[in-house]
Amino acid sequence: MCLGIPAKVISLDENGQGEVDYLGTRVKTNLAFIENARPGDWVILHAGFAISRLDEEEARETLSLLREMADLQDP
Amino acid sequence: MKEFRDRRVIAGLLRKISRQARRAGPPVRLMEVCGTHTMTIHRYGLHPLLLGAGVEMMSGPGCPVCITPDAHHRAAIGLVTRRENLVLAAFGDITRVPTTEGSLQTAVPAPRSRVQVVYSPQDALETARRKPESEVVFFGAGFETTIPSIALAVKQAAGQNLKNFSLLPALWLIPPPLRALLDSKEVRIQGFLYPGHVTAVIGTAAYDFVAAEYGLPGAVAGFEPADILLAVSSVLDRILRGEPGVDNEYRRVVREGGNPRARALMEEVLEVTDAVWRGLGFIPRSGLRLRKRFQGFDAPGRFGLKVEAASDELPGCRCGEVLRGVISPPECRLFGRTCRPEAPRGPCMVSPEGSCLVYHKYSKQ
Amino acid sequence: MSARPKSEARSAKRTRPPGAAQAPADPGGRISLELGSGGRLMREFLRTHILGSFRSPLLRNLPDAAHLPRETALTTDGYVVDPIFFPGGDIGSLCVNGTVNDLVVSGAVPEHLSVSMILEEGLPEKDLARVLASIARAAAGAGVQVATGDTKVVRRGQADKLFIVTSGVGRVVARPETRRIRPGDAVIVTGTLGEHSLAVLLARGDFNLRSAVKSDCAPLGFLLPLWKQGVLWMRDVTRGGLATNLCELAEKLPYSILVEEERIPLSRPVRGACELLGIDPLYLACEGRAVMVVPEKKAGAVLHALVRHPQGRKAAVIGRIERKAGRPGELLLATQAGGLRKLEPLTSELLPRIC
Repeated sequence: MCLGIPAKVISLDENGQGEVDYLGTRVKTNLAFIENARPGDWVILHAGFAISRLDEEEARETLSLLREMADLQDP
Repeated sequence: MKEFRDRRVIAGLLRKISRQARRAGPPVRLMEVCGTHTMTIHRYGLHPLLLGAGVEMMSGPGCPVCITPDAHHRAAIGLVTRRENLVLAAFGDITRVPTTEGSLQTAVPAPRSRVQVVYSPQDALETARRKPESEVVFFGAGFETTIPSIALAVKQAAGQNLKNFSLLPALWLIPPPLRALLDSKEVRIQGFLYPGHVTAVIGTAAYDFVAAEYGLPGAVAGFEPADILLAVSSVLDRILRGEPGVDNEYRRVVREGGNPRARALMEEVLEVTDAVWRGLGFIPRSGLRLRKRFQGFDAPGRFGLKVEAASDELPGCRCGEVLRGVISPPECRLFGRTCRPEAPRGPCMVSPEGSCLVYHKYSKQ
Repeated sequence: MSARPKSEARSAKRTRPPGAAQAPADPGGRISLELGSGGRLMREFLRTHILGSFRSPLLRNLPDAAHLPRETALTTDGYVVDPIFFPGGDIGSLCVNGTVNDLVVSGAVPEHLSVSMILEEGLPEKDLARVLASIARAAAGAGVQVATGDTKVVRRGQADKLFIVTSGVGRVVARPETRRIRPGDAVIVTGTLGEHSLAVLLARGDFNLRSAVKSDCAPLGFLLPLWKQGVLWMRDVTRGGLATNLCELAEKLPYSILVEEERIPLSRPVRGACELLGIDPLYLACEGRAVMVVPEKKAGAVLHALVRHPQGRKAAVIGRIERKAGRPGELLLATQAGGLRKLEPLTSELLPRIC
């Protein structure tokens, strides 16, 4: 299953075990694969693991590209 | 992030794709490899919209449950039905795959044994920790998105000296079947959509060979409707320019180099091996097995199981051809008739990402 | 009987190819879990076994509640929810509200209940006391009396803590009129969907998830006056979820039903948990929500009445009866992304022992 959800890191301990938040649901997550993970970071969650970081700058760029596609205004 | 599903955005992207496909010579046939992509495409009604825009999406062998041969499932069933005090832990969809001996879900467990549906390999580890008197076997099927977490579970079991935990592995690599498909010349496709989360682990260079040796373009795609369309447009662009290559259209998640930590862990715990795939047959160096150091955690070894894939499908089932993208599900005579979600004849109708189930559930017939 | 009817006349016309009405999935000729899911397999089972065994004409359409002579309605239900206590409710409040709601949506004012309990040896007395108190509270809240009941105890291991079987009796004040449904008629839901199923699922503790989701278990008596405001059909959105229940209505109509994904009310925690677990909220059971069909001209007033009630604040028009989209008998979803797809009824159980 490739189901991966963008979620925000809420807490983590020194073993890489932590909790992320997705739309108000808290999930126990292993952050061992994320270098220097910190509360407040956004990650992609898959089967109880964070497999990658969400790059907010890239996300913003893609969003503004999509808005252009739809001829929507860029705020 | 709502823009990724906004109908005006989708409509705008489809207009662009339509213009591109018209110049490229419709219909342009592209293959998405990942089961979750197949699901997204159908769930949002994108398949007919793309067809209308001149692009036909064929689905490939991207569903780990679907391509795991019968022999693995029967080994799992054998364990839980014949061994006492054994917990067989697995992801939900794998428990419903029908075999010649029924499914894990319908199997009658031996005394004090049971099947446990888990969300994460960590859940299986926790069960092993909490019940030291039971054997806990994790039936782990997955591609590179899931494999690191399975590897980590084994490493942790080793670190904690957990004597009652083992892995029944069904671990598959994405790039080799692409090569096998292209070599077979069975499928006529003009480009690929590469799986976003697998690539987040393995990096984009893994697909360079498709461009270099077979001259086909491809784009790494995310999982929102807009992500799929952005990737399709990117592939069409390369087709029009006559420039094979690999583009990353999921840059907010995928780094070109993938996830080195995850790969290092896979490397530490697992090694590449030849493997037999349901539907695709023998593909060299396409699977993973535990390294010697971790052999103690290999369930087939521990329980003396022979997991040998033979001729697999239930009669009439054309799952193999669906997985290879040779036919689409409705072309199978069993589809929607004797093979339905409540009475599946093959794994493609069971797994939530199986092409047949996706078509049946989501396509307006 | 809390079962979903399938009009037999219609199904004869829209048949699947021969051999499609198969035995349940388990090849060994045994009862499989799927039979309790509220989906297609269960309905086939009902048609073969129940209708095949019992001849009463009252059963023919497998109604939620039977309308007996002298304006009396009768319904019955079994409750096997696991776990028996969950956020927002327990097996006690569930058994009362579930029974009451079957009567309300069939057009009857609920009046009396019977409660029959099968207890597992070893069940803590304080748990039983808690369930009984909950039944009493729910009955008072729904305006019904528990008039009679029964208790049996079986050996440890022969029942899982506590099973409850109820029957409910009410006074018929209206009748659903699916024959008067026309294109343009509005499909309305009374609130956010999926909360009960998720609350129960998460309470099982199988997933390392923490969520604020609470069961929506509640009595639907506040909907009774709406029958007089023109409601043509009502169903409580239980097993199989919104999609399955609307599919069953669609199958009886010479029209299709079109629902708009964006209009379906879902709370943020439900949205989140469903995406995380890969579950489709359209197939999740609720225990305090109804879906109804209202003539186009009366929809505004009905919606207005709903949102003014504390239990109906999130009520919304989510779709309509259609003549021009799809084929007769189909349930269609207009997706957020602008696509259109057909929704099928639930086939196999997503989540066992939800109610």
